[in-house]
Amino acid sequence: MTAAPRPHPVPTGTSVRLTVNGQPADLVLDPRVTLLDALREHLQLTGSKKGCDHGQCGACTVMVNGRRINSCLSLAVMHDGDEVTTIEGIGTPDALDPMQEAFVSHDGFQCGYCTPGQICSAKAVLEEIRQGIPSHVTRDLEHVSFSDDELRERMSGNSCRCGAYANILAAIREVEERA
Amino acid sequence: MKPFTYERVSTAAAAAAAAAANPGAKFIAGGTNLLDLMKLEIEAPTHLIDVNATGLDKIEPTAEGGLRIGAMVRNTDLAADVRVRRDYPVLSRALLAGASGQLRNKATTSGNLLQRTRCPYFYDTNMPCNKRAPGSGCGAMDGISRQLAVIGGSDACIATHPGDMPVAMRVLDAVVETVDAAGKTRSIPMADFHTLPGDTPEVETVLKQGEFITAVTLPAPVGGRQIYHKVRDRASYAFALVSVAAIVQPDGTGRVAFGGLAHKPWRVEEAETEMPNGARAVTARALADADPTGDNAYKLSLAERTLALVLAEAKE
Ligand SMILES: Cc1cc2nc3c(=O)[nH]c(=O)nc-3n(C[C@H](O)[C@H](O)[C@H](O)COP(=O)(O)OP(=O)(O)OC[C@H]3O[C@@H](n4cnc5c(N)ncnc54)[C@H](O)[C@@H]3O)c2cc1C
Ligand code: SF4
Ligand code: FES
Ligand code: FES
Repeated sequence: MTAAPRPHPVPTGTSVRLTVNGQPADLVLDPRVTLLDALREHLQLTGSKKGCDHGQCGACTVMVNGRRINSCLSLAVMHDGDEVTTIEGIGTPDALDPMQEAFVSHDGFQCGYCTPGQICSAKAVLEEIRQGIPSHVTRDLEHVSFSDDELRERMSGNSCRCGAYANILAAIREVEERA
Repeated sequence: MKPFTYERVSTAAAAAAAAAANPGAKFIAGGTNLLDLMKLEIEAPTHLIDVNATGLDKIEPTAEGGLRIGAMVRNTDLAADVRVRRDYPVLSRALLAGASGQLRNKATTSGNLLQRTRCPYFYDTNMPCNKRAPGSGCGAMDGISRQLAVIGGSDACIATHPGDMPVAMRVLDAVVETVDAAGKTRSIPMADFHTLPGDTPEVETVLKQGEFITAVTLPAPVGGRQIYHKVRDRASYAFALVSVAAIVQPDGTGRVAFGGLAHKPWRVEEAETEMPNGARAVTARALADADPTGDNAYKLSLAERTLALVLAEAKE
């Protein structure tokens, strides 16, 4: 005999320990809370933005254990023990990260809403190319190299409603060329 | 989202046991499809079993000379694996044509196989949909069906499977490995894994309630020119209108599977004997039973032309 499905439970708190930008954060959360909402609503780290909440725009991009993900499509409780880096952990207003500096000098944004996600993604993209991870436009799967086409393809998960794409590309290119 | 309870399991056996104990439960892997649907309350599990810590994140050689891909291997890692890039490039290419870098870092092998359709009426809870609400009717049939299936559909549903990776796995003759709560294992060839909609479009695979995918195995490499060509509405980050996964040998023989055409990756082995005779000969047989709508009949010529492009590229 198969048991009948249980009714939806009354939500109870689940504990989770994150390390966010190097600081431990112990939280007790309704399991429905996404990683994005935990960062924004529970840890007041409002740099990461909610554009679509469905994995389509990239505004919520953060790094988890060194890899970029969409924080809106993950539950906070799935990240017990994980290290999260948000835009707040990348440079400060007085000491900008080179990627932030390049976005400023190239006008890589207008309203700025997509920018934290763009910057997290851009830093990860350069790292992914360095690690030799191929992309859809990589001609020879076994030899990955930097190009504008690679940047366009790899940044396609970050939409910009203001259409700052050309300047975003220029900013990332400059960081790569300076490195 | 509807409330649910949450647990983490550390073995495949525990995952299957937890699901058997709770019929309202769902496994969560990357979560990139399930959470999207839970936010819309199209999926409403009462319990989530987090299977990320089951240790199934390795790609290992098999005794037969193939590869065993753990269910939790991320799409990025599978596409970048040196053996996959060298021996199964059609699989790398299909993975890299899907979703975005962020999503591929999270999406798993098993989750990708089980992602649900992108039929717009399935996603719109104001619309009838036999897949989402069995018996409510099909909104797409007389609606906007440009993205939907041209073959293998039924009066109940003409949805497509939206995945890219599964099309490559079909052409590679991959096998899905599972375990159930009794510890019984099964090996399901990709050909049999996804089902056609028939009268029960809510059923999408042959998996039983609570059956857990542990791995996907690839047979020994078959060589050849391996190509995945995806046609979509924009250059990146969009689902396929039509895709072709092909393996072409130097003598012109080979294999081909199509994405974007049906409720499952579409491959007709008998049609492959026509490969040396060109694309039209292949699609004439592989798509002979097509029954498109006015909106999506373009997919038939698009499939033929995409295959023609792939066959020409294979000769280069
Ligand atoms: C904006 C966007 C664009 C996308 N574009 C594409 C695209 O172009 N091409 C493409 O192919 N895909 C695309 N995707 C879909 C993406 O590939 C899938 O969401 C992803 O592969 C699902 O994997 P997951 O691990 O996150 O699955 P989850 O969401 O965790 O799970 C999906 C389903 O699989 C079940 N499941 C997971 N693991 C197991 C297991 N081991 N055993 C049994 N059941 C299991 C879950 O219970 C759930 O029902 C896109 C997604 C988004 C959000
Ligand atoms: S085609 Fe299938 S998924 Fe789409 S509305 Fe009809 S029944 Fe639902
Ligand atoms: S808010 Fe996460 S991708 Fe849009
Ligand atoms: S700067 Fe406004 S959305 Fe990108």
